[in-house]
Amino acid sequence: MHTFNKLALAVGVSAMMAFSAPAMAAVDLSAETRAYREFVIGQIDELEKGTRQFAEALRAGNVAEAKRLYPRIRMYYERSEPIAESFGDLDPRIDAREADLEKDQIWMGFHKIEKILWTQNTTKGTEETAKKLLDDIKELRAKVPTVEVTGELMVQGAVDLLNEVSTTKITGEEEIFSRTDLYDFRANIEGAEKIFELLKPKLKEKDAKLVQTLEQRFAAVNALLDRYKVGEQDYKPYTDLSEADTRQLAEAVNKLGEPLAQMGVLLAP
Amino acid sequence: MQASGGATRRQFLKQAGCLLGGALAGVPGMAAASTGGKHCLADVQYPFYGERQQGILTPQQSYVYFLVMDLAVEELNVMREVFQTWTSYAAQLTQGRNVRPYGENQFVPPIDTGEADDLSAYGLTLTFGISPSFLKKLGLQKRAPKEFQDLPLFARDQLRPEWTGGDICIQSCANDAQVAFHAVRQLVRVARANVTMKWSQAGFISADRASDTPRNLFGFKDGTANANTLKEPEKWLWVSEPDWLRGGTYLIVRKIAMHLETWDRTSYREQVRTFGRDRATGAPMGYGKDEFEPLDLSRKDARGQAVISEDSHSALANATGRQMLRRAYSWSDGIHPRTGQFDSGLLFLCYQKSPQQFIDIQSALGNVDRLNEYITHVGSGLFACFPGVREGEYLGQRLLGA
Repeated sequence: MHTFNKLALAVGVSAMMAFSAPAMAAVDLSAETRAYREFVIGQIDELEKGTRQFAEALRAGNVAEAKRLYPRIRMYYERSEPIAESFGDLDPRIDAREADLEKDQIWMGFHKIEKILWTQNTTKGTEETAKKLLDDIKELRAKVPTVEVTGELMVQGAVDLLNEVSTTKITGEEEIFSRTDLYDFRANIEGAEKIFELLKPKLKEKDAKLVQTLEQRFAAVNALLDRYKVGEQDYKPYTDLSEADTRQLAEAVNKLGEPLAQMGVLLAP
Repeated sequence: MQASGGATRRQFLKQAGCLLGGALAGVPGMAAASTGGKHCLADVQYPFYGERQQGILTPQQSYVYFLVMDLAVEELNVMREVFQTWTSYAAQLTQGRNVRPYGENQFVPPIDTGEADDLSAYGLTLTFGISPSFLKKLGLQKRAPKEFQDLPLFARDQLRPEWTGGDICIQSCANDAQVAFHAVRQLVRVARANVTMKWSQAGFISADRASDTPRNLFGFKDGTANANTLKEPEKWLWVSEPDWLRGGTYLIVRKIAMHLETWDRTSYREQVRTFGRDRATGAPMGYGKDEFEPLDLSRKDARGQAVISEDSHSALANATGRQMLRRAYSWSDGIHPRTGQFDSGLLFLCYQKSPQQFIDIQSALGNVDRLNEYITHVGSGLFACFPGVREGEYLGQRLLGA
């Protein structure tokens, strides 16, 4: 009988879903989606500018400058990943890790340069890859405005950024040569926080307690990340963190992720 | 239609076990139904509300998922809310229902994770406990009874910090492993912001009939002495002071690694000497016929030697004169990375009126227990389990305030 209760509920819900699926979200988020689109365009502009500098440093043979720039410019990409990653052909060209490669796939992008810079301590052999990378990022810049930004994309994007932190940043598999994982980590969090900030006024009207919880949870993650900050813009190598440090960060991210997914209350039909 | 002889017999015993379990348990409100095609234990249900928490006197289910958590937020009003939510969730889950009905908004994650949507209650019980550190962190240490202190270190303990201590525990038991895990998953999920998982252990233990004492991974019956404890529950089990714990009990958990390979090359005679009981029947070694025959430690053989070896596990425990309610589960977690042996053991769970009962028994085992050669205690915890709740109340209300 109780099983029937559960089944009945499930059936009821899926029937309901079938009817309500095409319905548009009730809250008007056109201002928020516009603002988010502009934010991402701004980030990709900076990414393009930074990559140009990066490519110049590589061409000039300036290893130190290239290593300084690498993690910083990657943050623009990591912040805008909900949109930047949405171009299936471009993302592998820009951001593929060695472990992601399929058989016979030609490796290019940031991480190929990372490997040469950090394992051989040279810029030799990076010049062509850098040139291609800049071209790909220009293409990305051109494509970004074509993305249709919706409230759902924003909410799901914020959650995805957190998921990305949980699955690939915490494990330290993103920047295996440079150990600059904490830059990406912070940028993913900032990307999610930007979405939250944009949705906050409307979210407050719907669920003030959720807004308060999210503010606390973002603050907790950011406070942990601040511990590993060096100067204004840089972070300690990920390898400096103990297992306990990593677990603490992972837990703070999980505690943020659960309420973050509840931002979807804004989209209730 | 007819399966092979073996399978038929097993099926028969299972069926008999179901019926006997229902009849013998005699627990009010327990509904044992047998319906066509459905697992015979699917509809077993235990009431959540009552004088005692569930999962203590409840006939032992086949599976446990045991979780220990730390407080992430050390605020009384927050934890009060957590226990209120857990109470309402547990009341649903143990009746075979999802935590709440699914909502209509598809843009948020579903309220229940769903893996138990097509599963009935399977005798699910949820038992909650708190530790001395819980009281301290919430500024309630003055309410701690004097016997409620961290356990002393015992001889031969090899406790690992990651499996020791913690602030809150949940014991989830069911006759289906998926149901037991599902329940804990929901309880953690809803409280994630305020609690942090510390360690967990899944376990199993089986007997054909609810009335049979189940066997541990060494092949011996585990929990024979419970019959003595249950004869005097007020003396051995239920706490009377302080007020917030009246009708509750103390839970001690020990994660014990069992070195199966060493045990398996031990002769039958030595195995029996180690436990002090016959392996086949569970009766006292040397003279007993029946599992529940009293252990006569004074009995001597023709040469004047004790019939039940004095350094056997049962003799040492029995000599303390102390009782407790054992509710242990076996665990098996793959292959140990360093030794290449089974990574297995016992999740020893026992309930008592005072932690001293366990302390006395464990101290008596000390360095002497013959069983020491085959086991290592690697995790530990002491928790106070609140009394049961009435409808409208919440778990721990007398401690945490209305």
